[in-house]
Amino acid sequence: MDLSFSPDEEAFRAECRAWLDANVPRPALPSGDTGEGFAAHLEWERKLFDARFAVVSWPAEFGGRDASLWEWLIFEEEYYRAGAPQRVTQNGIFLLAPTIFEFGTPEQRARILPRMAAGEETWCQGWSEPNAGSDLAGIQSKAVRDEAGNGWRLSGQKTWTTRGAFCTHLFGLFRSDPDAERHHGLTYFLVDLLSPGVTVRGVERLDGDEGFAEVFFDDVFVPDADVLGEPNQGWAVAMATTGSERGLTLRSPGRFLATAQRLIDLYREHGEDSGLHDRVVAAYIDAEAYRWQTFWTVTRAVEGINAGAESSMTKVFWSELDVRLHELALELLRDHAELLDGDTASWMKGYEFALAGPIYAGTNEIQRNVIAERVLGLPRR
Amino acid sequence: MRFAFDDDQLAFRDAVQELLDKECTPAHVRAAWSNETGRVPGLWDKLVDMGVVGMLATEERGGLGLTMVDLVLILEVTGRYALPEPIVETAAFGVPFLERADVTVTADHTFVPWADTADVIVTAAGRFEHDAVELVARPSVDGSRRLFEARGTPTAVDGNALAAAFSRAVVGAAAQQCGLAQRMLDLTADYTKERRQFGVPIGSFQAVKHHLANARIALEFARPLVYRAAATSDPVHASMAKAKADEAALTTARAALQCHGAIGYTTEYDLHLYMKRAWALSRSKGDRRLHLDRVGQTIL
Ligand SMILES: Cc1cc2nc3c(=O)[nH]c(=O)nc-3n(C[C@H](O)[C@H](O)[C@H](O)COP(=O)(O)OP(=O)(O)OC[C@H]3O[C@@H](n4cnc5c(N)ncnc54)[C@H](O)[C@@H]3O)c2cc1C
Repeated sequence: MDLSFSPDEEAFRAECRAWLDANVPRPALPSGDTGEGFAAHLEWERKLFDARFAVVSWPAEFGGRDASLWEWLIFEEEYYRAGAPQRVTQNGIFLLAPTIFEFGTPEQRARILPRMAAGEETWCQGWSEPNAGSDLAGIQSKAVRDEAGNGWRLSGQKTWTTRGAFCTHLFGLFRSDPDAERHHGLTYFLVDLLSPGVTVRGVERLDGDEGFAEVFFDDVFVPDADVLGEPNQGWAVAMATTGSERGLTLRSPGRFLATAQRLIDLYREHGEDSGLHDRVVAAYIDAEAYRWQTFWTVTRAVEGINAGAESSMTKVFWSELDVRLHELALELLRDHAELLDGDTASWMKGYEFALAGPIYAGTNEIQRNVIAERVLGLPRR
Repeated sequence: MRFAFDDDQLAFRDAVQELLDKECTPAHVRAAWSNETGRVPGLWDKLVDMGVVGMLATEERGGLGLTMVDLVLILEVTGRYALPEPIVETAAFGVPFLERADVTVTADHTFVPWADTADVIVTAAGRFEHDAVELVARPSVDGSRRLFEARGTPTAVDGNALAAAFSRAVVGAAAQQCGLAQRMLDLTADYTKERRQFGVPIGSFQAVKHHLANARIALEFARPLVYRAAATSDPVHASMAKAKADEAALTTARAALQCHGAIGYTTEYDLHLYMKRAWALSRSKGDRRLHLDRVGQTIL
């Protein structure tokens, strides 16, 4: 057991810190889930890319630094410590990209990844449909073979598509074999949202931002080159993406440590006589626990042991921790918690966002089912 | 960074587990509830012979010269078997504190377990020797944990060494809590796969699944804090570990009992042996409130 970072890793941390301290925009950018805010965030993404901080863990040929998982975690810790902007590119760089590295052809990698890293093309995730939420295998949107065109024609509807109103591309699952059921006969497509036949309608989220979208497909042509993995094998490909979403890549510990630290600062200001001492300390300990559980998991990953169903525990933990941290902050703020102006507003906004955590990336009820069945071996129904 | 145990550490742990699997069965623990000492006759000597008890002493002093990282895994296993012996008090607290491997030690703030069979007793008041202390028995909810109050004239101990030793005991108790949580979880998962109601195993009911998933999550996030604290020797890390491990053990105890129904509410069934040990340990070596205060003093 060795709990220290190497001199190289510490040097990398120092480099990240110095660059972020000098470059993180102040005041904070407007929300990336609005049109104007999204554009401002893309400028920030461009800056990150130019400094080769956009995708540190990727190979250099695609814009990364070949950083190890440890270095990636260090980058993330520094990123959130510096209070840097949300990553509006996250669904591409953290969810789709790992899947392209695993299942994509060399041509797809070369074509898609550099533009994704630079923020030139932005990706949204098209899983959910009006009748397929938790029960994702109930997908009805269709892909029909277009032999003459060497491709497919998509029709149907996706919904709850995060930042769908602003992104240029969508990755999603469509039913390509009408005779197959449930997890079978689905294909993973990479879709240009400017294609004829695509209609996107923004939907306002709980927090008032246009962060959601409905995406309609009316006979949209997609060439074979934009099928990820084999046709009709989309489910297995998609599961790799959702694994990333539940686990490490989307929600690294740095994020919650930074929130916990802000909560501690708030407690120092308002906490005395609040009666919240033990809960605040316990929440801070939980943020530490998430960090060390991640280090444990990453050590195993580096040694070739995959987390598998265990990532469901991670997802429940971080999402409920995030809610708890924000609830405590709002309790500390008392009547100011309600306000949407002033420096405390970020807590209410953060709370609204945190509340989505137990819903997206597979609801926590579903995750608990998975933990019971696949980690503890309890019988399915 | 490599946050994992090495093969030697795991092998040592497995060897201890093999011993306890034979010699610290629920029947042995149950017997300790009603025998004279609350301990398992003959088992301590075997642990001494294996080197477990004196692990942290240097080789010159009859130990193995190992560290808390080596010991923590073994203490976790002793929790899993609800080993009714002062192993945390001796191996983690006493041996390095006294710099000798040939003593049995017990220690806690107030109520010291198995003090009547220990050579040296340490409380917040100071140090007592076996033949110069008056011991007043106090019954514990865990019948194998023979508790005593030590009275008499203690000798003073070095405050820094005591704090470091106590911090190791905190990590040790936290490790045992993880082992206990694991045991209760295993027992309950097995039970809910077998027990049938409404024509199906009760483990197929979602309410049951979610109780156990919560327990499993609590354990998943307690363990790394315990292992981290073992590696750093930082008392604040020890306090974080104990607070979280107590939470895991108590959450699991509650879930385990509920998922068993009435059979879990009997003393004929084994669950209570582990559950009561978890309750007891959650109050010893500093309870959650004490440890949250300690963490709070540093971070707030
Ligand atoms: C902020 C946010 C962003 C999102 N972004 C995207 C995106 O970018 N792309 C995308 O495709 N989707 C996205 N989603 C959608 C998300 O994936 C779904 O909301 C989620 O899968 C749940 O589906 P549902 O909303 O249809 O709820 P339902 O599946 O209808 O569930 C409603 C309730 O029933 C419970 N429930 C359902 N089935 C079970 C069961 N078997 N056992 C126990 N309880 C059950 C659920 O846990 C939940 O509490 C996003 C959602 C949110 C909130």
